[in-house]
Amino acid sequence: MKNIEDIHIVPVIPSPPSSEFGAEQTKKGFADGLIELGKLLPNVVVIDTDVAKATRSADFQKIYPERHFNTGVAEQNMLSVAAGMSIEGFIPFATSFGMFIATRGGDQLRNSICYPKANVKVAATHCGISTGGDGASHQINEDIAICRSFPNLTVIVPGDYEEAKQATIAAAYFKGPVYLRYGRDTYPIVPEIHGKFEIGKSRTIREGTDCTIFTTGIMVSEGIKASDMLKEKGISARVVHLPTVKPLDNEVVIKAAQETKFLVTVEEHSIIGGLGEAIAGVTAEHHPTRVYRIGINDVFGQSGQSQELLDLYGLRAINIVEKVLEVTKLQGY
Amino acid sequence: MEIMFQNQEKTTLTASKYNLLSGKLRLRVLEMYNKANAGHIGCSLSCLDLMIAALIHHRKENEVFLLSKGHAAAALYACLNEIGEISDEEIETFYKNGTVLPAHPAPNKIKGIPFATGSLGHGLPIGTGICQANKILQNNEFTYVLMSDGETNEGTTWEAAHYAVSKKLDNLIVIIDRNGLQGFGSTNEILGVSADVQKWQSLGFEVVETDGHDIDNLIVTIENFKNQNNGLPKVIIANTVKGKGVSYMENKMEWHYLPMKPEQYQMAVSDVNERYFI
Repeated sequence: MKNIEDIHIVPVIPSPPSSEFGAEQTKKGFADGLIELGKLLPNVVVIDTDVAKATRSADFQKIYPERHFNTGVAEQNMLSVAAGMSIEGFIPFATSFGMFIATRGGDQLRNSICYPKANVKVAATHCGISTGGDGASHQINEDIAICRSFPNLTVIVPGDYEEAKQATIAAAYFKGPVYLRYGRDTYPIVPEIHGKFEIGKSRTIREGTDCTIFTTGIMVSEGIKASDMLKEKGISARVVHLPTVKPLDNEVVIKAAQETKFLVTVEEHSIIGGLGEAIAGVTAEHHPTRVYRIGINDVFGQSGQSQELLDLYGLRAINIVEKVLEVTKLQGY
Repeated sequence: MEIMFQNQEKTTLTASKYNLLSGKLRLRVLEMYNKANAGHIGCSLSCLDLMIAALIHHRKENEVFLLSKGHAAAALYACLNEIGEISDEEIETFYKNGTVLPAHPAPNKIKGIPFATGSLGHGLPIGTGICQANKILQNNEFTYVLMSDGETNEGTTWEAAHYAVSKKLDNLIVIIDRNGLQGFGSTNEILGVSADVQKWQSLGFEVVETDGHDIDNLIVTIENFKNQNNGLPKVIIANTVKGKGVSYMENKMEWHYLPMKPEQYQMAVSDVNERYFI
């Protein structure tokens, strides 16, 4: 058994060039990251709740069947089983739909994993409204809020396939509980967020002086698009992508509050308790600045194509542009 | 009366000595709760003998014992104190501000307590995970999970039990402290008896029902379990008495929560002295 503490350098695994273009699932990034980890760390195992095909942990299972464990449809048990395995030196990736982890498994995530700092990686797929047609019972727009509030838990929301893959690998090399949030649908590949994944570090993708657009997860591509659209209208919008929601890259957030006039946050998650409130909390204490939150406005989702749901709930570049223009006009910036 | 127990002597100890230890640990538990002016006395006294057998006698250095019914923490602390894993000074801090020995076990403060328990229904799933890991590592280690009968109300019990059977985790030894009483009534009246021999047999467990205060018999039962690599997880349904050792507490539901008044403490101490040391 390779001891995790003996390994300090997180490898960056290059992806085939084709992934630089088009669109891909973030959960495929998870699956491909797992397969790399299968080679790198013999103590990485996967605990599944009979949804391996849907979460794509089946891709790992095909290669490493003896390292893949199915608890049946029992998410609470999965989380505690993973905690138990971790103290014997394994690095379990406990994986299911985010909905069934963060809410149903809340006590297990908190008391079995976070409280004892169990070295478990919780891989939540089908998050946000990405599970589309399954409807609101399967969508989860509250998981970042729940997970952010648990002590000892690191919360990572990758922005595209490649970042999801690198984040998965980085999480295994990080000691302690990590919540990884992936989507079901395909989302644009964003080359600006590729390369080494450092937990807790943000990525400034566009410089800007008028306002800052903060994104997490798949909203990064919309944020970039919005900034480019605003540029044509003479507004200089900085774009900062925060794949780690906790711990937050406070330094970069405060700097943006100091250097730009107002902040807009964009997330495929409730505006309650997510990235927006995390940023509002930091800036309120260090450099009070107006923060405008774009996200799911305290409603349940609904059945629909996930791309259409992004339109419906106003999670597109055009919505960001409209917000920035509205604020600019209203506040006389 | 001072009794010394050393690890290397474990196998040569006689039942009578363990009975004396049972009395001694009862006095310690009562003293701890008296100083803390706290409750959960009855449920600590019902499982003490189970812990003498499983934790003090059987558990080896690398093995894990989980007190899933974390509200009986004083019994766990008294046992770990007996084998030197908790100091006398630490015992004095029980329930106090900043203690490493809170009302429900906290993780990573004490070597023998890797997980938080007391939010019921965590011990069995965690123990199952440890057993799964040990199966992969093929290291012949056993994991002991002590649950209460009321705790089996929790759905995770059944999720974990099915998992343990399906994965053939015969290195899992579950002990159910069947004292028949839970927080606000008898387990029978509240949700039916889920700590039932046939129920656990039908799940696929190897089941032994036994007197949960016959330490000698408990030790032998666990020894037999450890010698059976038959692919079946094991469970002892231990019939116990809530408040065991203190006559006025025995089988009285209210001693799940009540703290003792000073005169009640004195009565309890004399009772234990009379029943265990004369």
